[in-house]
Order: sequence, then structure tokens, then C-alpha cells
Amino acid sequence: MKLKGAYILLECLREQGVDTIFGYPGGAILNVYDALYDYKDKFTHILTAHEQGAAHAADGYARSTGKTGVCFATSGPGATNLTTGIATAYMDSSPVVFITCNVNGNLIGKDSFQEIDITGISLPITKCNYLVRDVNKLAGIIREGFAIARSGRPGPVLIDIQKDVTAAECDYEFLPLEKHFEQGRLTRLADHPSVKSTEPNINDIKILADMINEAKRPLLICGGGVVRAKASSEFRELAAKIDAPVAITVMGGGAFPGGNDLKTGMIGMHGSQASNMACDACDLLLVVGSRLSDRVALDPASFASQAKIAQIDIDAAEIDKNVKTSHYIIGDAKKILASLLNLVNKASHDDWKKYVFSFKTETEYDDAEGGALTPKQILSAVEKILPKDIIVSTDVGQHQMWAIQHLKFSYPGQLITSGGFGTMGFGLGAAIGAQVGNPDKKVLHVAGDGSFRMNCNELATEEFYKLPIITLIFNNSTLGMVRQWQNLIYNKHFSYTTLDRGPDFVKLAQAYGLNGYRAANISELESALKDALASNKGSVIDCIIDIDEMVRPMVSGGAHISDFLLA
Amino acid sequence: MAELNLKRYTIAALMDNEAGVLSQIAHLFSRKGYNIETIAAGWTEDPQVTRLTIEIISDDARVKLLCNQLRKLVPIRSVKLLNDNAVRRELVLIKVKAENRDIRGEIIQIGNIFRASIIDITPETITLSLIGDETKTAAFEDLLKEFKIIELARTGIVAIERGTDTILN
Repeated sequence: MKLKGAYILLECLREQGVDTIFGYPGGAILNVYDALYDYKDKFTHILTAHEQGAAHAADGYARSTGKTGVCFATSGPGATNLTTGIATAYMDSSPVVFITCNVNGNLIGKDSFQEIDITGISLPITKCNYLVRDVNKLAGIIREGFAIARSGRPGPVLIDIQKDVTAAECDYEFLPLEKHFEQGRLTRLADHPSVKSTEPNINDIKILADMINEAKRPLLICGGGVVRAKASSEFRELAAKIDAPVAITVMGGGAFPGGNDLKTGMIGMHGSQASNMACDACDLLLVVGSRLSDRVALDPASFASQAKIAQIDIDAAEIDKNVKTSHYIIGDAKKILASLLNLVNKASHDDWKKYVFSFKTETEYDDAEGGALTPKQILSAVEKILPKDIIVSTDVGQHQMWAIQHLKFSYPGQLITSGGFGTMGFGLGAAIGAQVGNPDKKVLHVAGDGSFRMNCNELATEEFYKLPIITLIFNNSTLGMVRQWQNLIYNKHFSYTTLDRGPDFVKLAQAYGLNGYRAANISELESALKDALASNKGSVIDCIIDIDEMVRPMVSGGAHISDFLLA
Repeated sequence: MAELNLKRYTIAALMDNEAGVLSQIAHLFSRKGYNIETIAAGWTEDPQVTRLTIEIISDDARVKLLCNQLRKLVPIRSVKLLNDNAVRRELVLIKVKAENRDIRGEIIQIGNIFRASIIDITPETITLSLIGDETKTAAFEDLLKEFKIIELARTGIVAIERGTDTILN
């Protein structure tokens, strides 16, 4: 059947089972949007306020549903506006396929209107990318792009299509997903690490089991890979069987239940006393799905210095990258943990646990003077009033750390946060994606006033699609995390971090047609939360907190993990 | 910091012969903080496949990480760190000023010793081509410096392992 490129693109999305697209139209992608007009009943297209919002929404959709997110944008500024969103997805291994269109082939390289080399720009922030110059290659490239985005270690893929390719015709035949590796471009990639995870070596698993069985003071680290591999139940069983405390990275949130007795809390720069002290004292550190970045292994040379370190990762390039291991296994965490479970002995490590849990797993905060709100109170009110299975997206900064430290996430995909790239302004777009992908769940967006101001334009999207997201702003009138560093390390030089400016977030929310609340104390907050929940309407709650609230504990970058700057 | 044990490594890779692939690979080196000493690429017995030879100065641990990063790139079909006794060769073209008979004679003699070939000769210049590894080409270049080198171009090292070993095993 002869089809135009734009229709081939949409048919290929149908092959993938895609039903939701986040995007923003423009000149170069007009043919695709014209085709989309004919596919109104087959795709839900969410039009955001800005391409960055669309990128974060597709990412939030992917992280909260486990499906591949899809995002459309036009050439030039449309494409460059995606880049922060692409980088965010890349750093956190989130599967999103970005489709951009470029100018016609005869205009490429001529600095044409809205022309940009987006494949060049996105090279270091995509798992792979393509510029499609020939309509005959379009279907094959889209099939390949999706396979790469979702397989192995997931990640974003960008497919840039020349506008003339979307108008050109060629033969297209529907190819069911299960046949994609049997013909066309993908056949050559069948064994490539970008789509196929290495079969774990059974001897390596036996060696790891011996290490675990010999360990007297084992500690597990639950990283984002446990979420992506859907390995949380195997991980939980392993922790229980070998009776090992579990420290959680920012990306691992939700993969190990927050309420579990073995949980020591977050590890690293703002890790709990229990996690960081355990890391320093353990004799075996088993790291699952974590690259041990500089926010976890602050000083790689002294990190877990008494321990043998064993690493499980799907990506061979993560082994020994940041911290040298004694043993490693490359492959899918779910498979590896499942076979490991049969080889380890049931153990109990009471003395070790007694030591670890003699330290705090959660920071205790004093009440603020004069009944003002504290971060802990805000999050306690969230746990008390909002549903237990609420999806939480965050922006980046103090509020993010507080939320991850105090909320008890119980399933993978419940926490959606920009861990690797640290993208302020991620949260609202991500919440929109999560709410679109999970209409039956409540979504909470935790923000700071700085992060919220960056991309609050997406309130228009939230209102238009009637998404009942609750945004909770930890408003301290400052860039709190930067101020914290200025307070502690930069001689209290508060250089351009004070945000003593508008808008009034309550009025702003109302201007967008949403509920706006201000909460300066606990009773105002509780009533706002109850009201927002009952209204089932998008709501913004502006919580006023003290400008000098700090995230505790804190270890400085590059310092020894138990060398707390703040306890 | 672990003590760095720097040496020269030869990495060979097979990749799709498509536009943009070479820049993708060169970019990986720079963004991961490696300096390329030499790089050479050309198609193989299969015209859809390009073979790339890259040499870098690094240490065992970092070069292993780099190979793992390379293997992740979608257009890469295979990557091998070649062993120390692989055959490594590059071609150097050198144009030397030679304005009288004596100088021409001397340059030709040096060329003969190195088994270089004379590929162009004019009343003012001689152009020679030499194939060898970097020790041989450097020695040749040093001797010719005594005369005036007008221009020099090199291909970069290409390498292949001895015996039945190939990039695929």
C-alpha cells in the first residue's frame, strides 16, 4: 500500500501500540499534524504550552506507565526546546522517542528558516538518533528507534525527519511488533547491546552468592535499575532472605518499600545517618542498578572502603566507571536476582542491623517558631490526607530531597524525579504525563518556588485537559538548595538566590482556572489538601516555609560519606 | 588516585558505513575526555562496513571503559583492543626541498634505506611516500628535517592482528 511519510510514521506508532502523544506543532511538522487530523480517534494528542513541557510530560508518562513515551516537535526552536527534556530522560534512562521534523532536503545546510542540526545537538543526550532523508527508510528507522529506546538500558531516541520525506510516498505494510527483528534494519541489531541485554554468567552469579553467604555485614543499594528492570519483588525477596539493610538512591525510590524494616533511607550527599554509616562499615556492598555517581559515592576512593563491592548492571559501560568493584555481573537485574535468590543462604544479621539501625533512618526536624510550617509537617500532612498510592513528581532542590527522604514510596514508578540531570522545572510537565498515563491515580507535584516559576506555563495544559494534579510549592522565597550551600560553604553570600518577587502563586493558579490556596500553618495546609482532593480539580497550594530551612543530613561533595557537614 | 600507567593502545572497530557515524565516534572520545592520537577509517571487504582504527594514550582501566562505551553505539558492530604484536602501519607523504643534484642524491639514498618510494620529483622538490609504524616514520622524518620539509601528510595508523586472530574473535 502506498502511503505518505507522515502516514507511515503514524502507522508505525500504531505498530508500537502508541495511543498517546505529547507535542507541539509547527511549520516543518505540518504534514504529520495534517495526518494526525485523520487519526483523531486513534491517538490522544496532548498539546502543551511549550516543547520542554511536552518532553517532560512524555518522560513522566514513560516513567509512570513503563511504556515508551512519544513526543513531537517541529524544526529549529521546537527541536532545541526539547533538549533539556531529552537530557533529563537520558540521564535517568527513561524510554522516550522524540520525533522532530526538519526543513526540506534541498534546504538542509543552507541556514534555512527554522533549520537546526538537531541530530548533532542531541548526539550526547540520546541513546541514538537519526535524520531521515529517504521515505523508503522511514518505517525501518522508526521500528529500530522504538526497539532501542525501550530495550537493554532504556533511553531517549530522536528521529528527525525531513519535511519532504513526510510528504513523499512509498510502499508500507503493517508489520506486527513481534516480527520487527525478523526483517529490515533491525535484523542486524539482534545481538547488539543497545537492544539485547547480556545473558548473565551463572558462574559469576555463584561467585556473588558465595560473597553474600560469607558476608557478615552486607548492605544493598537499590538503584534506578531496579525500577527499570521491574525487579523490585526479586530485590525485596533477596533483602529479606539475606537479612541485609537496604540503602536507596534517588532513582531507586519506590523500588524498595519506604515502610520496610530493612530500609536505611537514602544514601549519599543527603543520605540518612543509617545509610551512610552502614556504607562505611559494611563488608559487602551489593549495588543493583546504580552508577554510584558523585552524589552517592562522594569520594570514590574511600567509598565503602571496608567492603568488597559487587555491582549488577545491564550496561557494561557502568561497571567500574565511578567506583572500582571486586565483582560484577552484566545483565538484566530481574533475571540475575531471581537466580541469585536460589543460591544464597537464609541468614540473619542481628548485630549488624542493630548497629546500622542505631543511627537515624530519617531526619528529625524541630518545629518552626511561631507555628510556621516545616517541610516535615507538610509531608506528614501529605501522608495523612492524600491516597497512599499517589504518584509523586518533583522538581529539583531542597523540596525534592525532603520529599524523597520523608514520603514512603511503595511501588516502582511512584516517584518521578530528575535524579541525574537535576532539571528544575521538570515536575509539572512530568506530573501531566503521569496523570495522562494514570487517569485512575492521584498525582502530586512537589515543587519549590524557584523550580515552579520556571515552567508554570504548563498550568494551562493541566487546566485544559482537566488534570486534577495537586501542586505543592515549598515556598521559601529563595533558591533553597543554593542558599543552603551559600549558608554553609560560601560565607553567607546570598548572591542572586533570593526570590523576593511575584507572582502571587494563588492568583496565578486562579488565573489559569485552577484552585489556588495559601498555607502558612498546618491547619491551613490540611484544609487546602482536603479541599483540593475533594474538588478533583487541578490545584496549587503555596506553602510558606522559612527561608533558612535546610536539608539534613548533608555531606559535602567529594567528602567521605560519613563526614557529615550537617547531622 | 591509582597510579596511572599510560601507554599507547590501538582500538579497531567495525561500524556501519553511513553518514555521521564517524563524527558520532569522534564525539564520544572528546566527551568522555580521551585524546585521539591517530584515527583512520575506510570501507572493508563489505562496502557497507567501515573499519576504524583509533590510537589513544591511556591506561588499562580507562581504555576498557572506553571500549564498553564504544560497543553501546548503535552503528558499531564490533570493537577490539588489539594486542601488542598487531601489525600497525601508516602511510606518510613528505615533500622535501631539493634544489640541486647533491641534495637530491642524498634524499634518494635516505629514501632507499627506509624503502620509501619517490612519487614525484621536480627541479626544486622531491616527494616521498613511506609505510611503517610511528618509530620508522619518525626516524625518517627526523633525517629529512636536515633538508627542508615543505609539506607532510599522514594517514594515521591502520592495524590488523597477526595469524588467525581477527576483530571478530
